[in-house]
Amino acid sequence: MDTEKKKKKKAAAAAQEAAGASTKLPQHLQDQKTRVFCASDAPTYQNVSYSGAYMASRIDDSLNMADFVKNLKVEIKSLTEEEMVFDIIGIDPAIANAFRRILIAEVPTMAIEKVFVVDNTSVVQDEVLAHRLGLVPLKVDPRNFEYRTEADNATEKNTIVFRLKKRCWEEGPKGAETRVNEKVYSSDLEWLPLGSELPPDEETKFTAFNAPQTAPGGQPIAPTHPDIVLAKLRKRHEVELEAHAVKGVGKEHAKWSPVATAAYRLLPEVILKEDIRGDEADELVRKCPVHVFDIEDLGPDGKRATVARPRDCTLCRECIREEGWEEKVALRRVKDHFIFSIESTGALRPEELFTEAIKILTDKCEKVLADLF
Amino acid sequence: MAAAGAGLTEVGSEADNTAITFSLKDEDHTLGNALRYILNKDPRVAFCGYSVPHPSEQRVNVRVQTTGESARTVFKSALSDLAVLCNHVKAAFEKAVEEHKAEQGVEPIEVDEESD
Repeated sequence: MDTEKKKKKKAAAAAQEAAGASTKLPQHLQDQKTRVFCASDAPTYQNVSYSGAYMASRIDDSLNMADFVKNLKVEIKSLTEEEMVFDIIGIDPAIANAFRRILIAEVPTMAIEKVFVVDNTSVVQDEVLAHRLGLVPLKVDPRNFEYRTEADNATEKNTIVFRLKKRCWEEGPKGAETRVNEKVYSSDLEWLPLGSELPPDEETKFTAFNAPQTAPGGQPIAPTHPDIVLAKLRKRHEVELEAHAVKGVGKEHAKWSPVATAAYRLLPEVILKEDIRGDEADELVRKCPVHVFDIEDLGPDGKRATVARPRDCTLCRECIREEGWEEKVALRRVKDHFIFSIESTGALRPEELFTEAIKILTDKCEKVLADLF
Repeated sequence: MAAAGAGLTEVGSEADNTAITFSLKDEDHTLGNALRYILNKDPRVAFCGYSVPHPSEQRVNVRVQTTGESARTVFKSALSDLAVLCNHVKAAFEKAVEEHKAEQGVEPIEVDEESD
């Protein structure tokens, strides 16, 4: 009876071991699943999207919300008013790319769309000047405004009006004149909270507002940067115009894009497959142009190379170019570790832009869901 | 072919509801690829793929074939899963930003104490 019990116990233990082992993929498959290999000739990226792909190893690769919540990590690396870098760990490229695409093309901002030129005797043609005005980033929260269609009249809720009036002249004694107002700057755009001052027009619908526009924080609405040169003037040249800014998205025109750049890269991973000591360690440190490697002093045992700054690795592969080095150093990227960097043009802070982008993706889902019912 | 809502067309067979192509108007790779990922990670899905038929037409087609469940149900749950996922990323991101700002706020005070 004892032996029978033992047998049973043994069988149960074996089954448990088998079950335990089956929850982990063989190492080479696990590496293939989670890493990009950057060999000296070309990188290898194996993308398996089907949830049942690892069923032979009894691994269910389906999306489990509880696991996702457990594994997701966000780490802010740097954050300023204009720029931020953060890591998102535990997310798929499909989702990360959706956020990136939305940041560039679908988060709205305000930009100058209509320019009414009263007078322009500068060398910059009206249409060129209008285009330059359109590209000027404005420091104003687009969430306080509504979209304006062609049929809508301009109101304080959908249009911001700027006036630009500048004339150049010369001063001083004859022969030694100095030019005044030589350049038209973005700071010359003067916000008109009461709307257009031009006579009402049926076709263009640029009229004065019914109520004055208010600027949050008491600061007048203005371009983010005051020092953008829009045009250069000479004696008796004059620019007088009215510029109307409306809400829009980057996929219609890049001037509405709220980001200068929104990009991600995968976390580089540098692995020393064997101990690299002595002169070889010095050589490795010398090889790397971005100084990923450091020397560790082992006292009487000499010195050893260490991977000190893997994040700086650009995967230039200089360290594995020479014959024999690929067996010593492995360059990889972690597939689900995204280093995001967002550079704002100034309308919203970068962290606000990212939350707006997530909201837009959620809204898309909800819109399609509503259509399905 | 059945018109479900304003921005959505479904193409499939009346007899077989396990295979449907959902055609989403005014959407592109942003939603198409995200949905493809979520659907492929659903064990009820036998096949899923998406395509943008023409770059100047604002439309994306998402094909869903299931192992028996109604493709519509699976597609719906993928959409709500994606929304839930987004909300979680948002919460995690906002928490991280808050913590980072708190850390940044504390640091200068410590420096002041040291200089005293």
